[in-house]
Amino acid sequence: MSRIKETFDNLGKRGESALVGFATAGDPDLERSLGVLRAMCESGVDVLELGVPFSDPTADGPVIQRASQRALARGMRLSRAIGMVRELRSSVSAPIVLFSYYNPVLAYGLSRFYKDALAAGADGVLVVDLPPEESGEMLAEWEGRELDLIRLVAPTTPTERMRTIADQASGFLYLVSMTGVTGSAGLDLAEVAAETARLKSVTELPVCVGFGISTPEEARAVARVAEGVVVGSAFERLIEAHGGERDLEERIREYTRSLKEAVQGAGR
Amino acid sequence: MDTQATDQGRPDSMGHYGPFGGRYVAETLMPAILELEAAYNTVRGDGAFHSELRELFQNYVGRPSPLYFARRLTERAGGAKIYLKREDLNHTGAHKINNTLGQALLARRMGKQKVIAETGAGQHGVATATAAALFGMECKVFMGVQDVARQAPNVARMRLLGATVESVPSGTGTLKDAMNEAMRFWVGAVRDTFYVIGSVAGPHPYPKMVRDFQSVIGVETREQALAALGRLPDLLIACVGGGSNAMGLFYPFLEDNVELAGVEAAGKGISTGKHAATLCAGTVGVLHGAKSYVLQTEDGQIVEAHSVSAGLDYPGVGPEHALLKESGRARYVSVTDSQALAAFGALARTEGILPALESSHALAFAMEEAARRPKDQVVVVCLSGRGDKDLDIVTGEAAKAGGAL
Repeated sequence: MSRIKETFDNLGKRGESALVGFATAGDPDLERSLGVLRAMCESGVDVLELGVPFSDPTADGPVIQRASQRALARGMRLSRAIGMVRELRSSVSAPIVLFSYYNPVLAYGLSRFYKDALAAGADGVLVVDLPPEESGEMLAEWEGRELDLIRLVAPTTPTERMRTIADQASGFLYLVSMTGVTGSAGLDLAEVAAETARLKSVTELPVCVGFGISTPEEARAVARVAEGVVVGSAFERLIEAHGGERDLEERIREYTRSLKEAVQGAGR
Repeated sequence: MDTQATDQGRPDSMGHYGPFGGRYVAETLMPAILELEAAYNTVRGDGAFHSELRELFQNYVGRPSPLYFARRLTERAGGAKIYLKREDLNHTGAHKINNTLGQALLARRMGKQKVIAETGAGQHGVATATAAALFGMECKVFMGVQDVARQAPNVARMRLLGATVESVPSGTGTLKDAMNEAMRFWVGAVRDTFYVIGSVAGPHPYPKMVRDFQSVIGVETREQALAALGRLPDLLIACVGGGSNAMGLFYPFLEDNVELAGVEAAGKGISTGKHAATLCAGTVGVLHGAKSYVLQTEDGQIVEAHSVSAGLDYPGVGPEHALLKESGRARYVSVTDSQALAAFGALARTEGILPALESSHALAFAMEEAARRPKDQVVVVCLSGRGDKDLDIVTGEAAKAGGAL
């Protein structure tokens, strides 16, 4: 059984939702980034999304844009992000999803990317700008399909299209909480509940909701309706504000624990 | 003036031009792009849509634009005859209006009252703001902060036309960053906003739609050449940033025995790395929704382009150009900043025409190429825009060079 499925199954038996944490690989720098990611996993993150920085992140708001620029300036690249997965895997049992734009993956080589990511211990891949219409080229290079290709679904996605996407998906489905880029303000919890229900009507896969969730209260509300809550820009804001300070990891731990508590207390 | 194009089998139903093109966008935008494709396919065969567009082309834009024999420029080059397709004489001073009127008409058909656009030199921004004013739409234009500074007259024009200009500080503050920001804004506003892309770039159906609207350039050139010369030209030349004026000129000639040359910006020289010659010096990648050639590192990070011309300062290029390069149907060359500036001066003094710096790249190559060819050959250059917007840059560069161009 895949590590992703096992994670959601185990949480599901306890009636809990997953805390999915996103951070950009290499932010604030290569060394401290590993510390941040370990701290996230040790203090409550159930699924780790490791962001591969890209020079032109058109689906991301200013917070992740700046995180990407910091990481790129420190020499982060896809090969090193895969190396970080390998290092994390020695101590981290949570599933790891590589989160990238398509161009770095294409430049790395589709077949080589699959083999190296799998060998390093990654469990899934999410390519933000690769809709189902264009993913045949990549999947043709994935021998055995041992990595889950995580699919995005948006509030603008018609229900029939949701069904088509869900039918080809594995691992979990990532529901974008709003029509906007990452880190946007204006999360509408009633709309999230309605959209989650609409997606659940066409799939048995776990649904994780992300974009614009930052407070424990928001995480708790989303955890009541979805199997997973994704928090990304909020971690990056902490890294941006405290990246140069000695207590960065402790702040990350404290924040992660507050989210985890909220998600656990949601009672789905 | 024919505004209805046939697609000669390209792109395929998924928006692919051979291995290029496609739709590489986040899921939030996919439904909007599919809706746009369906709407465009409907109007493509709609006579009423095309007669409205034709009427605007004739009475608002001033089409057909002349095909002008540049006698003194020809004498100066000393070889083949050089003709200029005068897109600079269009309303708003460039070819961009052909496309923005088409897309604005489509937006109106789709019931969208708000339009957004990205712009480099400001010509597409002005043309979008103009179309929006004409149709009573709300318009927001994204422009890199560096371009806002170097193309100030166009910023003023957009504002006077009622558009909001959003200055984009991210990245290098040029066209690429403006397009990133326009796409981000569109992700948040996609339900009621139409994105007017200005080049044959972006996700399908934009490369096809923009090509079709710009094909009026080539269709007219063909008719005008046949009327004036009794035959087709030997060589067509156009500058290529994203490639919309080139695609519009080339497209109606793809099946003919006519040579095609696209001229990219070599900036300070390709060997310096400070250039925008995507087809000449780039590699295959995905940027802004399409697979094509891009300027990138070996890790797939997009690198900064450079050109004295803001409209060519872009590290990507339309996917159909990538296919024309690979098939060998068109060839792509590059011209440096200083060669383009020299061509600007040459046209100004031989013909009394101030060309846009973008078009000056095509002119520079045309003069070189004409010199190599016998006098009975005919070269057509797309004079894609006028140079008024570039006067500060050109006079500044001339001062640096000691007064002369």
